[in-house]
Amino acid sequence: MDPIRISVYGLPGVGVLWFLTLVAFGVFGWRAWQLIGLLRRGRHENRFDQIGRRTWHAVKNVLLQPRIFGEQSIGLAHFLTFWGFMVYATCFNWALLRGLFPMLPIPYPDEVKVAVLFLEVFSVLVLVSLAAALARRLFYAPPHLHLSFDANFILALIALLMLTMLFGSAFRNVAEGSRGTAWAPFGSLLAPAFAGLTPVTARAWATAMWWLHMIIVLGFFVYLPYSKHLHLLAAPFNVFFSGAVTRPLGDLTVPGAQEDMASGASRWEELTWKQLLSGFSCAECGRCDRACPATASGYPLEPQQIIQKIKTHAMQQGLARTRDASGNGTPKLIGDVITESELWACTTCMACMTRCAVWNEQIPIIVTLRRQLVSQGAVERTVQDMLANLTRYGNSFGKSDRMRARWVQSSGLKIKDARKEPVEYLWFVGDYASYDPRCEEVTRKTARIFAQAGLDFGLLYEAERNAGNDVRRVGEEGLFEMLKEKNLQALAKAQYRAIVTTDPHTFNTLKNEYPWNGNRVPVKHYTEVLDELLQAGRVPLKKKLTGRVTYHDPCYLGRYNGIYDSPRRVLRALGLEIVEMPRTRDRSYCCGAGGGRIWMEDKEKLPERPAENRIREAAALGDVPTFVVACPKDIAMFRDALKTTGTEGRIAVRDIAELVADAMEG
Amino acid sequence: MSAAILVLVEHLKGTLADITFEMLGVGRQIAAAQGGQVHAVLLGKDVNALAARLGAADSVLLADEPNLEQPSAEVIVPLLQQLMAQKQASLVLLGGTNASFGLGGQLSARMKVPFVNFCKGARVEGGSLVLTSQLFGGKILSDVKLADGKGIVSVYPGAFPAEAGRSDKTPPVEKVAVPPGSPKVVFKRFVEPDTSDVDITKQSVLVAVGRGIQSQDNVQLAEELAQSLGGVVCASRPVIDQGWLPLSRQVGKSGMTVKPRLYLAFGISGAPEHWDGMQSSECIISVNTDPKAPIFDGSHYGVVGDAVELIPLLTDRIKAKKG
Amino acid sequence: MPANSLCVARAVWPSINPTDPFQHMNLIVLLKMVPDTVEELNVASDGKSLDSEYLRFKLNDPDEHALEEALLLKERVGGKVTVVALDAPEVDDVLFMALAKGADRAVKIPADQASLGTVATARMFATFLASGGGQITPDTLVLPGSQAIDDLEGEVAAYLGEALSLPYVGVVSSVSPVNGKVVVLKEFSGGMRGEYEVTLPAVLGIQSAEKPPRYVPVAKVRAVMKSAKIETADIAPPELAKALVVERMYKPEAAGRAQMLEGTPEDIAARIAGLLTERGII
Repeated sequence: MDPIRISVYGLPGVGVLWFLTLVAFGVFGWRAWQLIGLLRRGRHENRFDQIGRRTWHAVKNVLLQPRIFGEQSIGLAHFLTFWGFMVYATCFNWALLRGLFPMLPIPYPDEVKVAVLFLEVFSVLVLVSLAAALARRLFYAPPHLHLSFDANFILALIALLMLTMLFGSAFRNVAEGSRGTAWAPFGSLLAPAFAGLTPVTARAWATAMWWLHMIIVLGFFVYLPYSKHLHLLAAPFNVFFSGAVTRPLGDLTVPGAQEDMASGASRWEELTWKQLLSGFSCAECGRCDRACPATASGYPLEPQQIIQKIKTHAMQQGLARTRDASGNGTPKLIGDVITESELWACTTCMACMTRCAVWNEQIPIIVTLRRQLVSQGAVERTVQDMLANLTRYGNSFGKSDRMRARWVQSSGLKIKDARKEPVEYLWFVGDYASYDPRCEEVTRKTARIFAQAGLDFGLLYEAERNAGNDVRRVGEEGLFEMLKEKNLQALAKAQYRAIVTTDPHTFNTLKNEYPWNGNRVPVKHYTEVLDELLQAGRVPLKKKLTGRVTYHDPCYLGRYNGIYDSPRRVLRALGLEIVEMPRTRDRSYCCGAGGGRIWMEDKEKLPERPAENRIREAAALGDVPTFVVACPKDIAMFRDALKTTGTEGRIAVRDIAELVADAMEG
Repeated sequence: MSAAILVLVEHLKGTLADITFEMLGVGRQIAAAQGGQVHAVLLGKDVNALAARLGAADSVLLADEPNLEQPSAEVIVPLLQQLMAQKQASLVLLGGTNASFGLGGQLSARMKVPFVNFCKGARVEGGSLVLTSQLFGGKILSDVKLADGKGIVSVYPGAFPAEAGRSDKTPPVEKVAVPPGSPKVVFKRFVEPDTSDVDITKQSVLVAVGRGIQSQDNVQLAEELAQSLGGVVCASRPVIDQGWLPLSRQVGKSGMTVKPRLYLAFGISGAPEHWDGMQSSECIISVNTDPKAPIFDGSHYGVVGDAVELIPLLTDRIKAKKG
Repeated sequence: MPANSLCVARAVWPSINPTDPFQHMNLIVLLKMVPDTVEELNVASDGKSLDSEYLRFKLNDPDEHALEEALLLKERVGGKVTVVALDAPEVDDVLFMALAKGADRAVKIPADQASLGTVATARMFATFLASGGGQITPDTLVLPGSQAIDDLEGEVAAYLGEALSLPYVGVVSSVSPVNGKVVVLKEFSGGMRGEYEVTLPAVLGIQSAEKPPRYVPVAKVRAVMKSAKIETADIAPPELAKALVVERMYKPEAAGRAQMLEGTPEDIAARIAGLLTERGII
């Protein structure tokens, strides 16, 4: 029984099918062309390198979609729905082909037992998944899940498709004599409900189901590029073109940028095509918002909204039928669509990008927009002062560059000058570790540990400048370039075999954003070096430390650069018992200092700052008196948070180096 | 022949400023060493009564006219020029304040006589007058000799004792005429700061915050400390410029001059412009992370440390003591 | 902008008259480099000058405000901003920075600023301004910073006013063009300000601008360095380089230094509380 061999008001079924198909494909094609046109109006960016690696990355992350499983309430459901879609899409195309070209000597998919089995099994799996998804939306929707009519409509359409499939199978079963078959288990189960129908009627109903199914799919096809379901088509490309494949996460350089990127984007056309693609790929799931420390603390920033607003704005402006000639009344990208306070609230912690199931890149977008604000000088006073200090003195404290290595004088050590003699490890200390009185003691202890372990190390002394990581994240690209040049000049004069840094921010930019031009040396964080030294038995420990500690993974060490184990090995080597916080490793909760935020002021009173939230998480562990950090900014942020949360007596914030130093004392 | 010394009197709203007495003191000191008379030049509207308090001078040269309420330099400078010639004055002493700002330079240019700024010390050495000035915010001092004893000097407020310039004597008053002119700078009126807020000059305890307080939120901590002490929060200029506190709380050269029993300075470096405004406080306790901060040079007690950390601890202690 | 500082003044501030004759102002900003006090200052071996080994220079703070005020006036009323400076270490960077912020012309007078006192400096500026390169027009405002930390000889603005026979007001914190003149606010003490009406052309010593100096991104300054040029104006220095001879330069003794309190923050809090009790304050 060939469903297209019917007559619709005198027109042959195949003709109707052709007509519907052409209309659907036509509308879809036109819309797709419009949207691609929008992308082409964006700035160029070279993401066409390493096609092999990109393909493999896309295959893994689209077909297996490990990130979807990050939220257990919906992970499996989406996975099944996705695979259901793959099976159904395959069968649809097959059916369409056969329907449009009846002369082809191929059967319909529902005439092939194996195909039917797959279709039926998946229809049930998908229906169960849809029920779970609907229940989640209705009864226990997580915050920031966009509850839209669009989403529910799509769920309904998919359900309808599954049902037409099942009912069609049931009707065919009845039409063929009501014998159940293992190849159509669920259709067979349903069939008895329609046992009363005559074979002809049953066949008619089956045909109707087939047509209904095809029409819904074609309709879906038309609806898709106008709904959030566009992510279906855009996301695989988004994943394919994602930056994480070819470049380290911590690298904000725009590859192959033909225009001057230092001034950022003031209009949507100045965003790159990849940044615009993010909008189409976003499935409005809200994972990013749920992970974001700024959102949780009550700042106006929601990463999902950044993406969505850009999409809406680009579509409104780019697809507008009548263009206002004078341009008056055109909403401004920064200011009207996205506010400045949203942009400045980001700590660049990378939680959003780590969770995003379609691999969107929110942080580079935010930084691009910040660059625009900086180029206009629209930066708050405290940040301006910091940038002026950095420009003039190479550090954010406004102190003389000659004071950078003053801490050495009170350390009791003679530390080599790497500018004058070769060293094995060039220690790039960083601003906070050098100038902040709260961190200086830890720096001295680190120096003593290195010395006693017999590490051959030296400093750049006054020639060291802020490495520029946070300067770049604030959007001052020009200053970043200047600092980078000065540091590279100083480094070129020194002889060393590896670099070690105290601050994870310094670590990130030296490792990932400085061009070594063939002179690449290993860049290590001091916890890695401590780990190596302890493993080699070079650190003279005098006693074992006992007790329970919890370790806070710094954003720029953990999420950005994948270093989770070295610090933990160090702690265990000292004899400590590590109790993990619920948000551990790549789920670590940012202290709130990154992205230049440590230089910014909070204009309003916030219910809870990120560092306070994190300290409370640690306190809730119960009987864990030590909160271990591996970043100088963390020392500052968390010690302040102890005071403001009133937990000072219960928890102490210690740096890993301090604990190692403790173990080295008799 | 001993030359005369002119002192330009500073007054506001019927009160003589301390700098006037400080200058009279210096004038007397120099006159004692090298002879000569000290004349106080008093300009203004309805300032007659003030003349009687200027007994440390040998005479008061008075110009009291309605249009002299706030004379501009275009009026003062020619007058001083005229008086210098009349009295054969070799030295003119001006206050290093905003009120007398710029007069020295202009007078110096017209009289072709050197002008010495930021003067904190004066002595007669080997027949010559040696003036000590501070430079670079007080970090460096310089000694300049006025060979023929002729010059115009800007006297740094607070550098000399005001007591030396007070006297019970009633000086003779000589009326002088102000040369006419069509000033291109016309005084219109005073713009008062918003006085609905507290008057910090009347407080006996002040908790002062500077840059080192780091953020507007921490001002709240200072408020709590001030409350516990029965005092009020004030600030140095950078904090006012940021908008964290209103102008009425500014202490310093362009702000208020205060003399409380207790001045707690948190995160204030002690730049001269601020120091000017609070140096006479009875007890100054300063907290700053920089051990080289100039404020420690003049404070009674100092702490090298983090103000933000210390303030709440101190507040708790004080509340505990008060029971 | 500070919440309260100009609020009172603003409420009664004259609004710009739309028929104001000001269409254009010729704004000339004079810049001076001064030793950066972030560094330690030492006296040279001759005992009369600063040790130049670690000496760094930065733009005099009030001069930065003068530039900002000039740019604000240009934005409000239209006109041209010219910045002029004598030669000093790092002055080129500052001149380019001024151009990047929006100044139209930058002129460097190749005379060593450090060797000249304020009086001689003022004379050089005066010569420049009276010459073809400068030109005082009826709509000219000369805006030096009010004073500098090394003004032993006094303020350049005062001397300049005399040399050019122009009216002068110092310690200015606000400038508004009104009806062909300017109305300025001069700071007195106690937070009070005096309002003066000044006829142009005039010299105004700027203490602080109405808004904090704007930020200009490094990339823009670098771009300007490549595209713009600093003009030079050859002016012969006056005979008398310094009006005052410094007999001796020295560092002050730290007389009457504070009694420093040591210990943990808790100890210190306790000690201070004790001191206050002793003094009868609590």
